[in-house]
Amino acid sequence: MGLKLKALTRSPWVYHLSTGSCNNCDIEILDCLTPRFDLERLGIVLVGSPRHADALLVTGNMTIKSMKRAKEVYEQMPKPGVVIAIGTCALGHGVFDGSYVMPNTVDEVLPVDIYIPGCPPKPEGIIAGVAKLLTMLRQKA
Amino acid sequence: MSEIIPIGPYHPLQEEPEFFRLHVDGERVSKLDIEIGYNHRGIEKLAESKSWDQVIFLVERICGICSTSHPAAATNCMEDLGGIEAPERAQYIRTIICELERIHSHLLWLGLAGHFIGYNTVWMWAWKYREIVCDVLEKTTGNRQSYAMFKPGGVRRDILEDDIPWIRKKMDELKPSLDMFLGAVSDDPVIHARTKGVGILTKQQAIDYCVVGPTARPSGIEIDVRKDDPYFAYDWLDWEMIVMEEGDVFAKTACRILEMKESVKIIEQCLDKMKPGIIDLKIKELPAGEGIGRAEAPRGEVYHYCLSDGSNFPARYKVRAPSYTNILSNEVACIGQTVADAALVLAAVDPCYCCTERVVVVDDNMNTEKTISGNDLIKLSHEKTKKLRKELGI
Amino acid sequence: MTWKEIKKQIKDKFDKKILKWYEHNDNRIYVDIKPEDLVEFTEYLFKELKSRFIIASGVDTPRGGIEILYHFDFFQLPQVFSLRVFLKKPEIEVESLSPIITGAKWIEREIHELLGVKFKNHPDYKQHLILPNDWPEGNYPLRRDQ
Repeated sequence: MGLKLKALTRSPWVYHLSTGSCNNCDIEILDCLTPRFDLERLGIVLVGSPRHADALLVTGNMTIKSMKRAKEVYEQMPKPGVVIAIGTCALGHGVFDGSYVMPNTVDEVLPVDIYIPGCPPKPEGIIAGVAKLLTMLRQKA
Repeated sequence: MSEIIPIGPYHPLQEEPEFFRLHVDGERVSKLDIEIGYNHRGIEKLAESKSWDQVIFLVERICGICSTSHPAAATNCMEDLGGIEAPERAQYIRTIICELERIHSHLLWLGLAGHFIGYNTVWMWAWKYREIVCDVLEKTTGNRQSYAMFKPGGVRRDILEDDIPWIRKKMDELKPSLDMFLGAVSDDPVIHARTKGVGILTKQQAIDYCVVGPTARPSGIEIDVRKDDPYFAYDWLDWEMIVMEEGDVFAKTACRILEMKESVKIIEQCLDKMKPGIIDLKIKELPAGEGIGRAEAPRGEVYHYCLSDGSNFPARYKVRAPSYTNILSNEVACIGQTVADAALVLAAVDPCYCCTERVVVVDDNMNTEKTISGNDLIKLSHEKTKKLRKELGI
Repeated sequence: MTWKEIKKQIKDKFDKKILKWYEHNDNRIYVDIKPEDLVEFTEYLFKELKSRFIIASGVDTPRGGIEILYHFDFFQLPQVFSLRVFLKKPEIEVESLSPIITGAKWIEREIHELLGVKFKNHPDYKQHLILPNDWPEGNYPLRRDQ
């Protein structure tokens, strides 16, 4: 367990999951790949399948339609894996609080390890949050 | 660069309803079924429990990419309801924000279209220049997306006189890049081969499906809310509506790039003509009645309807986003295309992302069904580009 | 055609069938008609006057029925022309516009899911368009009693 965690913190592969978002946060995550912020130089790579992922970037409100799928994605991610909730919607619905299609928040469905607030959080904020999490994990491992 | 770069919100491939179901006959698409709905968040019902001011914040988050168009339409809607006319300086500021957003949205689309074809360099360049626009937006409004600038009766923040020379400088930085994109699209033989004659939407089909925006204008239909039902400062300025005849993906791309050039022109004219003055009428309440407001989002016409009973909360609020009618037109635009071109055609209407994840390909002749992911569609598209380059000897 | 000419043509052709004609301002016109006349009006607006169908919005009113507004626009003109029909409960149904206007398919499906209005002769709404597939039958989110 300790070795895997250590390896994870060196170069985490992340999978992006949107559970009913307005796409603001999703665009900011993709923005982190562009030359200005360039996540890849830190070793963080966005992958196309949860089976290859070490971390799950979750955005959105966890609508009913996406709940089942979100759980399946989490099961597919090899453990130990971390869940990062990005954006105010993923924290607690934000302006959409009270809507009839979102009975649960993200952390009632998935075990979230770190929350990055913002609407949307700036790419610098996302990178800072991910870096903070990696530091926490390194200290744990 | 890693080959597995996903685009847009992603979903795992389990029993949930497919988003697109392509029926194929050999290699060509014969029919397309579309399912949507994963992004439904109950906004119209929520709007009934929010005050008029809060509704603007709510609608801003319907879509992140065209995040100003919904508040623009909402403001038009409430001002129509109350018969309010905002001050001149506020109209110019609103126009500037709307046009900046148009540039940022089209550059985003251009990058993704480049990625679908296999030109990752186009993606990186387009998004790099998009950062210039995001910086200008951050300086004037405080945020890169979700600007919270609009309210019935004016705008919330002013553009400072000291910032204007800096904004002009940024616009000057943007102009050569737009010319570069235009040149790249016009000259590259592979882009021509991939986009000309692909995904054609004829004028009659466009009328039957009631499409709007840069999905309708490349098919020869002259509609643009900024010209037909002018709002903000658009009829005080000098600019062109871009209309083309062919209706294929190439026309849609060229249309968007030319629209960006017009947007830069509009912004510069606004900065020239803006005079000092008040920016907010400080409206306290809205009367009973009905209001209709429209705005031209980067994807087409956004339409808001509100019903008020004189209280602080809307009795009914109806929102219609442009992608609603535009996506349905894919039913006909995809027919006859190969699966490799499908990703490009589906993306050419610039859907607000709730859809392009997973596609099921149904071979009616052999009675088989195969699920392919959005990633695989993109890979198919990249392979076609590689083949074309070999054939063209590049 | 100018707006004046269009207005005259509509008023001349439909005379008695127009229950109420209200102009909120120069650019926003609301016309009340009976549900039975909807298809005739729409055919004229769409085919003869070459208008564009924007959207239909429904609202559950406290007057014992559901009101649907069909919004049309005339391309280069700024006016928005809205037809209003009132559907009394409990049989809330009206003729579908999808045979005339293909773009109305999804719009009517959405109103059906959110308000429970039945559209006669609609090509298909077996699967939910925007609500989750296992949403309980009979639960219409935009109704007042929900």
